[in-house]
Amino acid sequence: MKLLCFALFASAFNLLLGYTGLLSFGHAAFLGGAAYVTGHAVKVWGATPELGLLAGLLSGAALGLVMGWFTIRRQGIYATMITLALAQMLFFAALQLPFTGGEDGLQGVPRGKLFGLLDLSSDMTMYYVCLAVVVAAFLLIVRTIHSPFGQVLRGIKENEPRATSLGYDTNRFKLLAFVISAAIAGLAGALKTLVLGFATLSDVHWSASGHVVLMTLVGGMGTLSGPLVGAAVVVALENKIGELGNLLASLTTIDWFNTLGESVTIVTGLIFVVCVLAFRRGIMGEIIAWLERRGAGGGGSH
Amino acid sequence: MEIFGVSMPAMLSQLLLGLVNGSFYAILSLGLAVIFGLLNVINFAHGALFMLGALITWMAMNYFGVNYWVMLIAAPLLVGVFGVVLERLLLRWIYKLDHLYGLLLTLGLTMVIEGVFRSIYGVSGLGYDTPELLEGATNLGFMILPNYRAWVVVASIVVCIATWYVIEKTKLGAYLRAGTENPRLVEAFGVNVPVMITLTYAFGAALAAFAGVLAAPVYQVTPLMGQNLIIVVFAVVVIGGMGSIMGSILTGLGLGVIEGFTKVFYPEASSTVVFVIMAIVLLIRPRWPEAPPMPTPPACCCSP
Repeated sequence: MKLLCFALFASAFNLLLGYTGLLSFGHAAFLGGAAYVTGHAVKVWGATPELGLLAGLLSGAALGLVMGWFTIRRQGIYATMITLALAQMLFFAALQLPFTGGEDGLQGVPRGKLFGLLDLSSDMTMYYVCLAVVVAAFLLIVRTIHSPFGQVLRGIKENEPRATSLGYDTNRFKLLAFVISAAIAGLAGALKTLVLGFATLSDVHWSASGHVVLMTLVGGMGTLSGPLVGAAVVVALENKIGELGNLLASLTTIDWFNTLGESVTIVTGLIFVVCVLAFRRGIMGEIIAWLERRGAGGGGSH
Repeated sequence: MEIFGVSMPAMLSQLLLGLVNGSFYAILSLGLAVIFGLLNVINFAHGALFMLGALITWMAMNYFGVNYWVMLIAAPLLVGVFGVVLERLLLRWIYKLDHLYGLLLTLGLTMVIEGVFRSIYGVSGLGYDTPELLEGATNLGFMILPNYRAWVVVASIVVCIATWYVIEKTKLGAYLRAGTENPRLVEAFGVNVPVMITLTYAFGAALAAFAGVLAAPVYQVTPLMGQNLIIVVFAVVVIGGMGSIMGSILTGLGLGVIEGFTKVFYPEASSTVVFVIMAIVLLIRPRWPEAPPMPTPPACCCSP
């Protein structure tokens, strides 16, 4: 279920990076911010889970509106730095406000009953609800990308001045893409709070933003399935890396591998470096390119 | 003597601490600007290089008993050599690509460097002694001036001014500025641009390490000390732009001072004030500095 949340998070991020060409380094703010709002609404105000999810979605959208509004004032790398700085601001705010529980975060968030009918405390029910929400949101992303709106976004990514000269108000399109992406990221955060029962500072920290960039990069940016695959790979890697290290240690009798589990950061960093240098299209991007090559080759032989 | 209910010495000491922070911002954003100008890469690893400078100094002092003054020169050199290795091995493959890959690559590097040192030293701070010569404080009558902090500010400003002078006023700097504007043309004139690029990165790395050595006795040395700093420096860069050397220096110092004042009057906001200022600047001057068109690297070192 954690995987599902991250897959959704990465898809939302990919909508912005892969299809609009905006690298946001502040998506942790949407994930974590919405997680706090949902946690607070459900725990303190006693809201129902569906209201909690809605609150997460809306708070994500609101944060996205604010951040996007600042970000579209600059282009390229400056925009990225702005998102990073604003997200860091939210991190410090979350650290100090009483609302978020400071370093402890919000703990013991109850799952409650969906629409008063479905008891979410059973993991099985929670799983299917989670799956349904993620699938619905994912379909929304697919729909967005294939809509005329999505085509304009792609146009902006390819060549922003040309999109402007064709009469599109590119800033409005970018802002809207930002808001949609942030809202869905917020939904992912809200879902995560319900599933895990807590909202913590680590969700707002910039390393969470780095994480989602990695997932998208590994899976393949600008492909629909890429973020899903990337999220699966990265989450699995983090959970299994200790075992993998032990296995390597027993195979190669090098003791150092036993400590691999403690050094997730090193491995993730290495993956980043390798991906950027050699593997920029990501897993799904490579597969798609390979299929196309094969298709082209097959077409040529006829 | 009191101003707005805050005693004068307390205010001045915060102001000094602000200047200390500001000089680190200045050195780091200066390095970022120089690297971005020529390499077209936003060096996220700058914070990690800063940390490396401090940590190498700590290691040399604790394991080999090397003197602080030696390390003040040696640590930047070592990190500079490390920078050459990074640039030759990794960074040079991505100059032709979009900016975002440079950011991602250096982010990955940061994670590796910090992860390695975290697995060795953990996240707790390592103690670090102020060099004997600069221990203690001078009583200026109106405030007590800790010698070391004064030294940090002076040393940083000297380094910044020297950098500014080299880039703006010497022949070497002219090559550098020309390389920023049009690398191919400069190469046609017989300047070895790839070597220049490598050295520029090494220089930026050495600057960061220098700041790290200076910072070590003020902050605690931890493998993560560069992380939060680099994000603040990014905000500084957004405010000041990467267009001018002097701009970076002044913005860095000024923001440090503002941060110091915030600590006096409203401590809760001191960690966010730089970001708030960034937001305000974005509101007031929505189109400055003019974002450069993608294919050519922006002019880095022309005075505004």
